[in-house]
Amino acid sequence: MISYYLSQLLFSFIASASFGIIFNAPRQSLIKCGIAGMIGWISYVLLEDLNVDTVMASFVGAFFVALVGHIMAKVNRMPMIIFSVAGIIPLVPGGLAYNSMRHVAQNDYLGAIPLAAKAFAISGAIAMGLVFAEVLVQLFLNIVKKLKGVNN
Amino acid sequence: MVKGNEQVKHNELVLKTCLLAGKIMMQSGAETYRVEDTISRMALACDYPDTHSYSTPTGIIVSLEGENPTRLVRINTRSTDLEKVARVNQISRQLTSGDITISDAFQRLKSLEKENLSFPIFVQILAAAIASASFLIMFKGTWLDFFPAFFIGGFGFTSFYFIDHFTKVKFFAEFMASFIIGLLSFFIVQFEIGHEIDKIIIGSVMPLVPGLLITNAVRDLMVGHFVSGLSKGAEALLTAFAIGAGVAIVFAFTM
Repeated sequence: MISYYLSQLLFSFIASASFGIIFNAPRQSLIKCGIAGMIGWISYVLLEDLNVDTVMASFVGAFFVALVGHIMAKVNRMPMIIFSVAGIIPLVPGGLAYNSMRHVAQNDYLGAIPLAAKAFAISGAIAMGLVFAEVLVQLFLNIVKKLKGVNN
Repeated sequence: MVKGNEQVKHNELVLKTCLLAGKIMMQSGAETYRVEDTISRMALACDYPDTHSYSTPTGIIVSLEGENPTRLVRINTRSTDLEKVARVNQISRQLTSGDITISDAFQRLKSLEKENLSFPIFVQILAAAIASASFLIMFKGTWLDFFPAFFIGGFGFTSFYFIDHFTKVKFFAEFMASFIIGLLSFFIVQFEIGHEIDKIIIGSVMPLVPGLLITNAVRDLMVGHFVSGLSKGAEALLTAFAIGAGVAIVFAFTM
């Protein structure tokens, strides 16, 4: 059980960092890409193992990727997209999309439709997670700004 | 403020710089709102407080306020190059804080546009291979399939890269790459070197999956950039279809 989670942590880190290389992220941010991806993926896996719905788990995973991405972007003064892009990739429903295409190829259209719908719902959930994190960060920053303004 | 002929030249330079910054960012996969935001910030730094810009994945229009000119730039190729996004961001920050002048910024953007900052291709291929193998484990595949996924993922990405390089048609390259991945996976399972064909294929096509496009598309749609959202969505859909069709053809012939 522990080795299972350790391998999930390790490989999600490696996979996200590798995607950082494919997307040509700046050299010094590769490790941070890996960490963002790792946090997102492990929250997704934990929720899925607790029998939470995949769509919800993807939402939470994307939310954490984006949250970590925003924090790193603020700290490093770099665009947030650098940290989130690689981290999002593991959550993308590539497997589902592939399975639904496979059903289409085998002329099983009825089998393909629910899979495709689920893949669509998951990509929507990922985008929702990204937007939620952004709104939250903006709110937080606005509050901080206001508080500082009052102090001045 | 400068006057007459100087003013015209200055306008021209600001416009050119803004368009170039936007073009590099859009070509490198930046978000639509970031492109528009960067353009208006750079214009603001040059005393144009009311600049409008309209960015789509295929073209950017920038209009300086009032009677100043409007210009359009066409964007033909799009890839993901986050280093360039970061560099443009840096240049725009320096310009806004007054560290460099507008002509410095233009020169830097000009040389950045020509630069090739990507990792060497063999490093990218290695990264794709490692990512494929990692995905296999993350998707609960068996350890026995680790090396098959590693090689097929690397080979798939290599074929994508070179076919794209020679044909310049991205969708065809994606189709062929996933076809090769499907074929190799079929043979490797047939010869009992690999075990779960589905897991191997899913892991190996991950480096080709348009994950960035899908999420960017939905995100753009949500914040109201409908034109960008729909065109990115179309690109993502075509890519997903090309990948799916490539694998599907293998299944159609072998089952």
